[in-house]
Amino acid sequence: MLKIKTLLAALGLAAVAATSMAAELTGAGATFPFPIYAKWAEAYKAKTGHSMNYQSIGSSGGIKQIKAKTVDFGATDAPMSAADLDKEGLVQFPAIIGGVVPVVNIEGIKPGQLKLSGELLADVFAGVIPKWNDKRIADLNPGVSLPDAAITVVHRADGSGTTAVFTDYLAKVNANWKSTVGAGAAVKWPAASSVGGKGNEGVAANVSRIKNSVGYVEYAYAKKNNMSHMNLRNQAGQFVAPDDETFAAASASTDWSKIPGMSIYLTNAPGAKSWPITGASFILMFKEPTNKANAAEVMKFFDFAFKDGKKMATDLEYVPMPDATTDFIRKSVWNKVNVK
Amino acid sequence: MIGIVNKDPSIYARRKRANFIGLVLSMSAMAVGLIFLLWILAILMVKGFSALSFAMLTQSTPAPGSEGGGLANAIVGSLMIVVSCALLSTPIGVLAGVYLSEYGDRSKMASITRFVNDIMLSAPSIVIGLFVYALVVVPSKHFSGWAGTIALSLIAIPVVVRTTENMLKLVPVSLREAAFALGAPKWKVSTSVVLKAAQSGVMTGLLLALARVSGETAPLLFTALNNQFFSADMNKPMANLPVVIFQFAMSPYENWVSLAWGGALLITLTVLTLNIIARVVFREKVAA
Amino acid sequence: MNDVDNLMTPHRQSVLRWQRWQDYLFEKTTMAFALSTLLALTGIIVSLFISSWPVLTTFGFEFFYTVEWDIINSKFGGLIAIFGTVATATIAILIALPLSFGIAVFLTETCPMPLRRPLGTAIELLAAVPSIIYGMFGLFVFAPLFAEYVQPALASTLGQIPGIGILFTGAFNGIGILAAGLILAMMILPFIASVMRDVFEIVPPILKESAYGIGCTTWEVVTKIVLPYTKTGVVGGVMLGLGRALGETMAVTFVIGNAHKLSPSLFSPGNSIASTLANEFGEAEPGLHYASLFSLGLALFLITLVVLSLAKWMLIRAEAKKGMKT
Repeated sequence: MLKIKTLLAALGLAAVAATSMAAELTGAGATFPFPIYAKWAEAYKAKTGHSMNYQSIGSSGGIKQIKAKTVDFGATDAPMSAADLDKEGLVQFPAIIGGVVPVVNIEGIKPGQLKLSGELLADVFAGVIPKWNDKRIADLNPGVSLPDAAITVVHRADGSGTTAVFTDYLAKVNANWKSTVGAGAAVKWPAASSVGGKGNEGVAANVSRIKNSVGYVEYAYAKKNNMSHMNLRNQAGQFVAPDDETFAAASASTDWSKIPGMSIYLTNAPGAKSWPITGASFILMFKEPTNKANAAEVMKFFDFAFKDGKKMATDLEYVPMPDATTDFIRKSVWNKVNVK
Repeated sequence: MIGIVNKDPSIYARRKRANFIGLVLSMSAMAVGLIFLLWILAILMVKGFSALSFAMLTQSTPAPGSEGGGLANAIVGSLMIVVSCALLSTPIGVLAGVYLSEYGDRSKMASITRFVNDIMLSAPSIVIGLFVYALVVVPSKHFSGWAGTIALSLIAIPVVVRTTENMLKLVPVSLREAAFALGAPKWKVSTSVVLKAAQSGVMTGLLLALARVSGETAPLLFTALNNQFFSADMNKPMANLPVVIFQFAMSPYENWVSLAWGGALLITLTVLTLNIIARVVFREKVAA
Repeated sequence: MNDVDNLMTPHRQSVLRWQRWQDYLFEKTTMAFALSTLLALTGIIVSLFISSWPVLTTFGFEFFYTVEWDIINSKFGGLIAIFGTVATATIAILIALPLSFGIAVFLTETCPMPLRRPLGTAIELLAAVPSIIYGMFGLFVFAPLFAEYVQPALASTLGQIPGIGILFTGAFNGIGILAAGLILAMMILPFIASVMRDVFEIVPPILKESAYGIGCTTWEVVTKIVLPYTKTGVVGGVMLGLGRALGETMAVTFVIGNAHKLSPSLFSPGNSIASTLANEFGEAEPGLHYASLFSLGLALFLITLVVLSLAKWMLIRAEAKKGMKT
C-alpha cells in the first residue's frame, strides 16, 4: 500500500512537471446537455487548445463527483436548493435550456402524430393505462390507429436530472402520481412492464429497440435518432410540439436574477406556446475550488459557450441562456468563485 | 462359453437405442455450441469489419451526434493500462509463484495461499473495482489510469501465480539438485536455474493473464472512468476500449454503435491472438 | 583427514554467511508477495464490510431479504438484486450443464481423432472471449430474435400450463431475466465444457476398456463408468461455472432490463447485483445508497466465496483421487 501511494505521488509530481500549457478540465454529470457540452468542448479545443473532458454519468453522478472533488465542475438538471448550496459551499448557474419529450415506438406513428395531455401521460407511466388502444388515448387521437398491445415503459436506470424534471411535471399535473410516486432523480416506477436504460442514450436506445414502448428523453436525442415524439397539451390548453421556440417560450417568463441559487424547475410553464416539460441544466462549482487555475478556465469555457456557442445550441434544439441572464451569472455568480 | 451369452434382443435393442439417442444428443450439443460460437464470431466479424478503418485507429472518440471519429484514445489508453498492469503483476506474480513452488511445498500457509489464490481467480471483477475505488480513487480524489492498473493487476496476479507455480513444478528435481550440488544458494537456484528453465511456461501464464484482463470492463468502470479526448496522463481518467464499448453500444447513435463493434472486434482479436501465441509457445516448450 | 576442515576457510565462511542472508531475504520477499493475495482477499472483505456498515446498523440482516429500492426515501432492500443474480445464474447453469456434458462426451468419446484437438481448442478459445462481446451479441442480435420468435412461442406453449405458466407472462421485449440467463449460459458453456472434458480425460483407460470389453455401449460407459468416477470433478467444474455466472457484469447488464422489480415472470426485466452496481455506483453519494450498494457487493462476494470454496474443495478431492498432490 505504501509502495503504491509513493508511486502515485511520485508520478503525480512527474505528471505535473510534464503537463503542457494546455489545460485539461474535467466535468461530469447530466446526460441531458451532453450533446451540446460536447459540441462546445470540441469548438473550445479548436479555438484555445484546452480540452474539456465531460463524462455524462447522470445528474446524481455529477453531484456526487463534484462533492467528492474528483472533477472541476458537476452538471445536473435537478438543481440543488439554495440551502444545500450554502451547506456544501457550491455555486450553481444554468448553462443551457432544453426540453424533455416523451417518445414512442409504435409502428406507423410518426413524430408529433400522437397527442396526450399531461394527466394521461402520467397515467401511462404509472401503468394505470396498460394498452395503447385504451379509450382515453384514442379519444385524444381520432383517426390514429393504435395497436392492441401492452405498453412497455422505458425509464432511467441511473439517477437522473431528466427524470427529476419529467417527474416534477407529472407530479404537477396528476395528483395520483404526486401521491403514489412523487418526483425526484430516481423514483419507483410503478408500471408492470418497465425497463431501465442508462443515460438519455440508454432510454433512446431501448425505446428504439423495443416495440410499443414509451420513454422520455431530452429533445436532442429524439431528433438525432429520428424518434417519434408526442405532442403535449400545456397549461394553457394548447397542444404544442417540442422545438427551441416552445422551450424558449416556457422559460421566457423566468426572472433568473430573483431566484435564490438560481434553483428552479421550468415545468408546466404558463403561456400558449410553452412546452410543458422544459428544463434548464445547471453547473455546480465550489466557492473555494481545489484547483483554482482549472476553475478559472471552466468559467472561461462557459463564457465562450455563452458568447459563441449560441448557434451550436439552437442547431441541436437547445435554448441558449438569454444575455441578461448570462450577464447576471458573470456579475453575481462567478465572482463568488475564488480563483485568486 | 461364448455361445452361452444370451442376447435378449429386446434388451439389446433398448440399450442400442439409448446409446444412439445419447450420442446424437451429445453431438447436437456440440453442434449447438459450435453454432453459437460461429454465430457470435461471424456477427463480430461482419459488424466490426465495417467499422475498421484507418480513421478508427487514428482519431479520438467522437462527441455524441458528431460524425466519424475513431477509437485512438481508447486503444492507447487500454494499451497503457494493460502494459502497466503487466509491469506490476509480473514481478509480484512470478515471485509469489516461486515461493509457492520452491519454498511452500509442505507448509500449511502455502496451501491456504493456493486456495485463496484460486478463489481470487474467479472473484467477481466488479467487486474488485469497488475495492480499488474505495482504496485508491477516494483518497486520491480523482479517477486515474493507475487505479485502473491496480484493479486489473488484482485480477491478473492470481493467474500469473497459478501458472508460474505449475510451470516451476514441472522442472525436474534433478536440475535443482545439480545446482545445489555445485554450491549455489537457494535463491540463485530458484531464479537462474529453475525459473530460467520454465521461462516459456511462465511467459505463457503472463500472456494468458493479459488476455484475460484486456477484455475486463467492470473493474475499469469506477477506476479509470473514461476520457473523451486523447490523454497519455495515467494520473487522470483514461479512455479505454471496454468502457468506451460499453458506453457506445448502449447508445442510439449509429456511428457510436459501429465504433463499438469495431472496438469489440479489436479486443476479441487481441485476446484470441494472445491465447494462441501462449498455446504455441507452450507447445514448443513441451516438444523441446 | 584434515581436508574437510581446510575446506572451510574464513573467506568461504563469510561467503556462506552472505548467501544465507540472501536466501533469507529472498524467501521472505517471495513469501510477502505470495501473501499479497491473502492480503487482497482480506482487504476486500474488510473494506466491503466497513463501507456497508451503515446499512447493517440501519436495516440489519433484514436488508438481504427485503424487496425495496427507494433511492429518494433512502429505503433499500437487497432481495431484488440477489434474486436477479441467483435466477440468471440458475437458468444459465440449467441450460449450460446438459449442453457442456454433451460437448464433453462428444470430445472424449465420439469425436473422430483428427478433429479432437481443433474442436477442443475452439471451445477453449470461446471461453476466452470477453464477456462484453456476449452482452453486445445479446442486445443487438439475440434480443430482437428472442422477442420476435422465442417469447411468443414460449408464452403459447409453456405459458399455458397452469402453475409454471406464470413464468412466461408479460410483454415480449426480448430483455429480462430469461434473456440474461440464456446469454449467461452461452458464456459459461465453453468454460464448463472444457473443465468437464479435462476431468473426463483423467479416467484411466483401463476402466473404460474393461467396460467396452464386456459389451457396454458408449453411452453406458459414459454414464456408468466415467461419470461416477469423475463425479466430484464434474460438480467442482459446474460450481466454478456457477461462480463465474454469479459475478458476471457485462453480459448481464446489457440484457437484464435494469428494473428494480421482483416479478414471478421470467420475461420481466429485473436487476442483478452486478448490474445494479454497474448502473448506480457512479452516482451514489456517501450515505445509505452508497452503503447499500456496498452491502450488495459484500453479499455477492460472500456468495461467490462460498461457491468457489466448495468447487475448489471438490476439485482437490478429485485430483487427490487421481494421485496428484495439491
